[in-house]
Amino acid sequence: MNRRPVFLITVLCFGFAFFYIPILSMIIYSFNASKLATVWGGFSTKWYGALMGNQQVISALMLSLKIAVISSTMATILGTMAGITLARFRRFRGRVLFSGLVTAPLVMPDVIIGISSLMMFILMAEWLGWPSQRGFTTITLAHITFSMVYVTVIVQSRLVAADQAIEEAAMDLGSRPWQVLRDITLPVISPAILSGWLLAFTISLDEVVITSFTTGPGNTTLPLLIWSKVKLGVSPEINALGSIIVVVVGIGVFTAGWIMHRAERRRNLDARLAYRTNG
Amino acid sequence: MAGGQENGRLARWFHRRGWSDIIIAAPYVWLILFFLIPFLIVLAMSFATRTPTAPPFSFGGENPIMNLRGYQRLFEDDIYFRAFLTSVSNAGFSTLLCLLIGYPMALCLTRVSTSWRNILLMLVILPFWTSFLLRVYAWMGLMGTNSWFNKLLTGAWNGIVPDDMALRSIQMMNTNFAVILVTVYTYLPFMILPLYANLEKLDRTLDEAAMDLGSRPFRVFVDVTLPQSIPGIIAGGLLVFIPAAGELVIPSLVGNSAQPMIGRVISDEFASARDWPMASSVAVALLILLVIPMMAYTYFSGKAEQRLEDRK
Repeated sequence: MNRRPVFLITVLCFGFAFFYIPILSMIIYSFNASKLATVWGGFSTKWYGALMGNQQVISALMLSLKIAVISSTMATILGTMAGITLARFRRFRGRVLFSGLVTAPLVMPDVIIGISSLMMFILMAEWLGWPSQRGFTTITLAHITFSMVYVTVIVQSRLVAADQAIEEAAMDLGSRPWQVLRDITLPVISPAILSGWLLAFTISLDEVVITSFTTGPGNTTLPLLIWSKVKLGVSPEINALGSIIVVVVGIGVFTAGWIMHRAERRRNLDARLAYRTNG
Repeated sequence: MAGGQENGRLARWFHRRGWSDIIIAAPYVWLILFFLIPFLIVLAMSFATRTPTAPPFSFGGENPIMNLRGYQRLFEDDIYFRAFLTSVSNAGFSTLLCLLIGYPMALCLTRVSTSWRNILLMLVILPFWTSFLLRVYAWMGLMGTNSWFNKLLTGAWNGIVPDDMALRSIQMMNTNFAVILVTVYTYLPFMILPLYANLEKLDRTLDEAAMDLGSRPFRVFVDVTLPQSIPGIIAGGLLVFIPAAGELVIPSLVGNSAQPMIGRVISDEFASARDWPMASSVAVALLILLVIPMMAYTYFSGKAEQRLEDRK
């Protein structure tokens, strides 16, 4: 079919307009001088200035970053272990339950994860005396739990796609198991571990429903702060804050994607060269 | 724990050293502690009785262990039934619209050159990485009665209809329409990506063959492409429908509060009414509602695979 699929391209263009017009509109209106968020009153950057001096926003951002770094790191460690388990240990007692436990959080509605975690934390406080108050720790625990399964899925699919025969061959050729692990398995899954960490990090940074249930007084993460302000309606400060977040994340994701794409290409090239020189 | 001949040599070495037990046990114990146990608490709570104590429940009353009052109320009080209906219809329409928009987009992505494809795929994924809350918020800015978007739509509407049906603005915020629109907006990548993955794998020579045999392009699509993409359609549909039905953020921000969705009902029962047992009963009912389409999926995808096998 060499004809240009005109209809498909039209839908694609509309689709991308649909994706990006609301975000662009938000960014444009963040430069609106008027206090009325939807009426254009001239160009101004004053909302960005107001944001810089807003202590509430800065401390919420700091809390969110702290939770995101810790929870995504823990989630990556646990998720990688779970991914290795599912991809490489094909038989162990309780495997069915384990794979169920890894899949379920992916489809469980946030509200249910939220109330179930909160009920557990309250009951634990009642019966065990810990956690005495909810906040940083409880949010982090909840974030680790739901984000580790995303890491698991990514690492597992990478390991399943990777040829296990290479590991076997290396062992046949006399490599020691830890050498195989260091020289073959880890390089194979390291892109997956990295993207798993990134995904866990951004999910944690963005999570609002489960966080709202597991937080306590005085622990406002950035999404919770935005959530409480957005409920009151559209405002130029949130437009500005949203624009900063969207632009920073956009640039970050684009850079990460580009770096990974380049690394992937180089690896493919290396593999092809190795194949050619040896074959 | 691990062992057995079907595991690889590396896995067996791990096993001998006792490391495999740690690798398995750490995530296992974590998920049991922080996912399974909370879930079992919800399950048990749905059979408890609400009391004015703290924490506000007990396993007492007429039926000490199995109090079915919560489940009974699901059928008696039509608040719950209507909330389920609203959730299913909003999620259903959203899924349908995602499919209608996402399918041509995914198909188009498979037809463009590789370099374009990578950029376009990136553009599909990019909104998914940026804040969910902010994507909902961006639409709040567009849907308000004074926004340029609303004025544009109102102008278009007034241009088409006779004068006596002209509107000053279109009420978009706080309607089910708004919920569906924003759900489609936020979940569209979940439809496009599995569909793309599915469509990309299809053998294009089949299209060529059908064309050579005289089929028109549209017939080729209906007879060749569409049947092969059903697994992708179902996977994408589930990825949209399931989270959309349990959605809490979107309906709270842009939805009609007189017609709450089920997520809102759970949250209100729990936080405002402090009725843990009732919230848990609704939660269990929601899970059952969501498990049904998933079981249907497993059933149909099994059947579809079987059919493909038979054809070979």
